[in-house]
Amino acid sequence: MNLRRLWAIMIKELRQLRRDRVTLAMIMGMPVLQLILFGYAINLNLRYLPAAVADQSQTAGSRAAVQDLLASEVIEQHATAQTPQQLIDLLRQGRISVGIAVPPDFERRKLDGREAIQVMVDGSDNVVQSAAGQLAQYPLNQPDDFHATTETPISVVSFYNPERRSAVNIVPGLIGVILTMTMVLFTAVAIVRETERGNMELLITTPVSRTELMIGKVLPYAGIGLIQTTLVLLLGAWLFQVPLRGSLWDVYMAASLLVLANLSLGLLISTRAKSQFQAMQMTFFVFLPSILLSGFMFPFAGMPTPAQWIAELLPLTHFIRLIRGIMLRGADLSDLWPDSLALLAFIAVMLTLSIRLFHKRLD
Amino acid sequence: MTDTAIHARGLTKRFGTLVAVNAVTLDVPRACVYGFLGPNGSGKSTTIRMLCGLLTPTEGDIEVLGLHIPQQAEQLKRRIGYMTQKFSLFDDLSVRQNLEFLATVQGLSRQREKSRVAELLKRYHLDDRQEQLAGTLSGGQKQRLALAGATVHDPELLLLDEPTSAVDPESRRDFWEKLFELADTGTTILVSTHYMDEAERCHRLAILDRGNLVADGTPKELTGELEGRTFLVRANSPRAARDALADAPGVLSVAQIGNELRVLMRDNRATVDTLRSRLASAGLEGDTEAVSPSLEDVFVVATHQQQQREEQAA
Repeated sequence: MNLRRLWAIMIKELRQLRRDRVTLAMIMGMPVLQLILFGYAINLNLRYLPAAVADQSQTAGSRAAVQDLLASEVIEQHATAQTPQQLIDLLRQGRISVGIAVPPDFERRKLDGREAIQVMVDGSDNVVQSAAGQLAQYPLNQPDDFHATTETPISVVSFYNPERRSAVNIVPGLIGVILTMTMVLFTAVAIVRETERGNMELLITTPVSRTELMIGKVLPYAGIGLIQTTLVLLLGAWLFQVPLRGSLWDVYMAASLLVLANLSLGLLISTRAKSQFQAMQMTFFVFLPSILLSGFMFPFAGMPTPAQWIAELLPLTHFIRLIRGIMLRGADLSDLWPDSLALLAFIAVMLTLSIRLFHKRLD
Repeated sequence: MTDTAIHARGLTKRFGTLVAVNAVTLDVPRACVYGFLGPNGSGKSTTIRMLCGLLTPTEGDIEVLGLHIPQQAEQLKRRIGYMTQKFSLFDDLSVRQNLEFLATVQGLSRQREKSRVAELLKRYHLDDRQEQLAGTLSGGQKQRLALAGATVHDPELLLLDEPTSAVDPESRRDFWEKLFELADTGTTILVSTHYMDEAERCHRLAILDRGNLVADGTPKELTGELEGRTFLVRANSPRAARDALADAPGVLSVAQIGNELRVLMRDNRATVDTLRSRLASAGLEGDTEAVSPSLEDVFVVATHQQQQREEQAA
């Protein structure tokens, strides 16, 4: 490999990139847009669900219990009702998502240890249902209560994300999603574009070697990937106070692994795709399962076994485990060696395949 | 060092059932401008691509500059320049950046690169355009840039695939001047074209028709073989005269050029009188004279013979 030639290809690539406004806008715009979308709009931890209360007991205890539930901020009172039936009507009309019914014998039931409050939930929305589930965890015991019992059956303590904020969970994974989206596409398109425009026919009649060509095209994008990582990290810390408990070095190492994995996948696509459009289709084919199966949106443990197998093949799955480990749990790369190793193996396989499949010939 | 730059035997390329190039045998001497004449789809591009190792021949042996192709194609790439049919430099790089990139990639030293790029910009009249993006150049300028790019490393052999197909006549003439300059310095040039006037300028040429090499030699040799077979007829009603002559025995083809008819005979036994009597018997008047054959006539004869051969084979 000739370093001067490699350098010439990289410089050429960067110069072309500088003139490609759409791609430049995508490099910077996509991380910002996605961070804001996922960070603000998509909130899996719901608050302020519209609710109504039908307190038929009207005792000091019942009022205090209702106030406690409202104070959780999971629900917000939007309407009042006299009877449980009215609550059901409101639910059906879609005016509320949660109805709180306090029966007339509230105090008795509490003393007997029976269920004292009924929470009615609009089960047609899964997320609302699970959010309302949190309400059921609330203790009804007041500090001054005669029967004060400290024996809550099961207590759940959330480590690493005590406030259960979605952003904390999503932002680290978002680095991976953005890198997957942009890196695979950029390399795949960068090479196919040269074939489409006829530049490749010229390049392959020069003494440039396959390795020089591939590495020279990919390295500038690796740099861009790390810039995107920095952007998401900074915005994540600034807008959402996402903590960084592990070392910054490990974050960049993990990001580099994912960047290289995606770039080599992009290269492989570029050796097969005949047009830029085909390259985009193939990218999408990888992108969708990455988002859905990697554990970014849905917990990995909850997926059926075949889906888990597929997920294990995707670089994003391993990266999400790495980055959440490093940023949120303060782990380092050696703690998470199986996933680091999986990414390395992926890179090796993809690079070998693509250099083999790329010929300096037209047939 | 031999005096043959390209030596190909029985070169064949099949794409599935389509025979793009059929058993072409070719010898290109060094330091000459060798033309490939043929219509679109006659296998010119495919042959050139096989000669520079971009395509693997289905059958046949190739030796270019003493190297076996495609086995030694990588070594060959340092010694040839290739200009593709479509402009293949980078549209979004400037003229200078394109040349600098190619110079580095071709392995010129930093110092050599600087002087060479300056020299090429001057020689191809691009110095006042050096900061312009290649994509915004005119057809003729692009052509000059592509030629400058293909010669940046002083190749021994230049392969040019229809270099002037998108260029105005003025630029074409200019371009050919540059080709002869290069040939004078010892560069061998293989150039494909579908323009007869360009073919006539070559030192030697080969005519390709549907994948077959149907004739080769110097333009003089090729036209010389048709001596005595070409006539010019000036008739009052050229369309009627054309119909009368087209079916006449011994006539191979009749082509109308303005008000004149160019008649090509099957052999050189016919005379001016044969044609005159033929016209008279059709009740037409016309002036007939013998003319010297052109490359176009060569082309018509060669493709006609090929057609007959194929019909016999079928």
